[in-house]
Amino acid sequence: MASELMSNEIALLAIFLLSVFVGFEVVSKVSTTLHTPLMSGANAIHGVILVGAIVVADHAETNLELGLALAAVILATINMVGGFVVTDRMLQMFKGKPKVKKDAGDNK
Amino acid sequence: MSRNLYDLIGLAAGICFILALKGLSSPKSARRGNLIGAVGATIATIIVFFYANDGKALNNQTLILAAIAFGVLVGVPAARKVQMTQMPQLVALFNGVGGGAAALVAIVEYLKLGDGATTAEVVATVFTVIVGCVSFSGSIITFMKLQELMTTRPVIFPFGRQVIALTLVGVLASGGWVISSGGSTPLLVNGLLSLLFGVLFVLPVGGADVPIVISLLNAFTGLTVAASGYVLQTTLLIVAGTLVGASGTILTRLMAEAMGRSLFGTLFGAFTAKAQASTGAVDARPVKSGSADDVAILLNYAQRVVIVPGFGLAVAQAQHTVRELADLLASKGVEVAYGIHPVAGRMPGHMNVLLAEANVPYEQLVEMEEINPTFPQTDVVLVVGANDVVNPAAKTTPGCPIYGMPILDVALAGNVIFLKRSMRPGFAGIENELLYEAKTTLLFGDAKDSLTKVVSALKAL
Repeated sequence: MASELMSNEIALLAIFLLSVFVGFEVVSKVSTTLHTPLMSGANAIHGVILVGAIVVADHAETNLELGLALAAVILATINMVGGFVVTDRMLQMFKGKPKVKKDAGDNK
Repeated sequence: MSRNLYDLIGLAAGICFILALKGLSSPKSARRGNLIGAVGATIATIIVFFYANDGKALNNQTLILAAIAFGVLVGVPAARKVQMTQMPQLVALFNGVGGGAAALVAIVEYLKLGDGATTAEVVATVFTVIVGCVSFSGSIITFMKLQELMTTRPVIFPFGRQVIALTLVGVLASGGWVISSGGSTPLLVNGLLSLLFGVLFVLPVGGADVPIVISLLNAFTGLTVAASGYVLQTTLLIVAGTLVGASGTILTRLMAEAMGRSLFGTLFGAFTAKAQASTGAVDARPVKSGSADDVAILLNYAQRVVIVPGFGLAVAQAQHTVRELADLLASKGVEVAYGIHPVAGRMPGHMNVLLAEANVPYEQLVEMEEINPTFPQTDVVLVVGANDVVNPAAKTTPGCPIYGMPILDVALAGNVIFLKRSMRPGFAGIENELLYEAKTTLLFGDAKDSLTKVVSALKAL
């Protein structure tokens, strides 16, 4: 039993460490232009705490727990949904601009 | 369906997040990357309804769905309606509520586990509560600073260093108290002290460093999500939270580098900040202010014009007007480029977003390293609502808040025109010597109004 618990902990530790390296790696080269959208996108991703909020709202036993959990659900939803929408709005403005220009040039 | 299947689907969501961050790091795939992230988050949210209560409908399901609906009703309109200028503070706010959510999740789980919690779970809970609360209250303060609900200057109070250090000791001590004795009172004390620390931590940060702090708090929130994932034994939360924590840390460092700031100096500004010798009285030296016609004439006879946009452009929503002016000049044979400082505006990339909205051709947006060598061959620099990013004090005045930040060397150009609302110093609150130079002309007023006048004056020439 104890060893089973331990191996679970180690699996979680492995997941944690690998995620650290992946996180470092994916953004190591990014132009300043994209810093803001990237931050905003990462911000939306941690809105996935919504999953945790739903789980604790399901488990809640007292009214206090339920109240806090539902507050967490609301806040997490705002973070997640709002975050993705606002990032998309930022990125919409980059869409296809250089390409349109190049096409116009080719036609001349 | 078995729990294993849901775990696999959760893994897919985790991969979506990795692809999302990867996509967001390159201009071509950025929008797709964001959509992939949204898909991953949606999948993760839907499947939790199937497995959280072992396949049965969730307890409190109606309330949960109502809470989600309420969150959507608040979040989506806020994100859709926000002005481009206010985007940075909205991101700060979203980040803050995420940190708050993570702290609440950990608190609820802690209350439920009661005495049954393992030490590791309690440690993770304390970590989540501390960092989540700091992220929450700190983000609220950055929001208020950016929204100018409070002063944008560093707030320094007497014995600030001691108060902050003492609060930090209190946070750690109360954290230790929770771990050693358990119970809800220590956790409450710990949470409140953490909230206080978040406020004190951000207050002394000067305006120009606020974006770095937002990015850092964003990384913090990621780590709290990872820690609450450990408490809940949910792999997906660990993956997503850690990804954001790690990439956010790198991003914070990149931003600090782009601004020429030491990350350490920014973070521990609270401990090192000294009250600046405030000049107090408004400088009474004469400046040369001109009319729209003067500006139009200068521009009309220039060979090369560089436009340096700043926050004032964003405030005035003048991006379309500035493009009109640039097009008009180009049609008169003037070479026009935009000099984009990496942190012009209130966030890195702010100006790129704004000018892209006005369909300014991508190749006219020139980054700082490339535009700086061209200033000596530039006849006129038109500074539209920018100040700190062209302030020579960053090179000449050691000890000023922006010292060491790379700037656009507009002083090397033949003439400099500032479109400004007033003589008020920039966001960082530092006097700009360039305003008093002989080659400088000032045109006071709202950037959009001024630009419109210049355009019509130019047409009349």
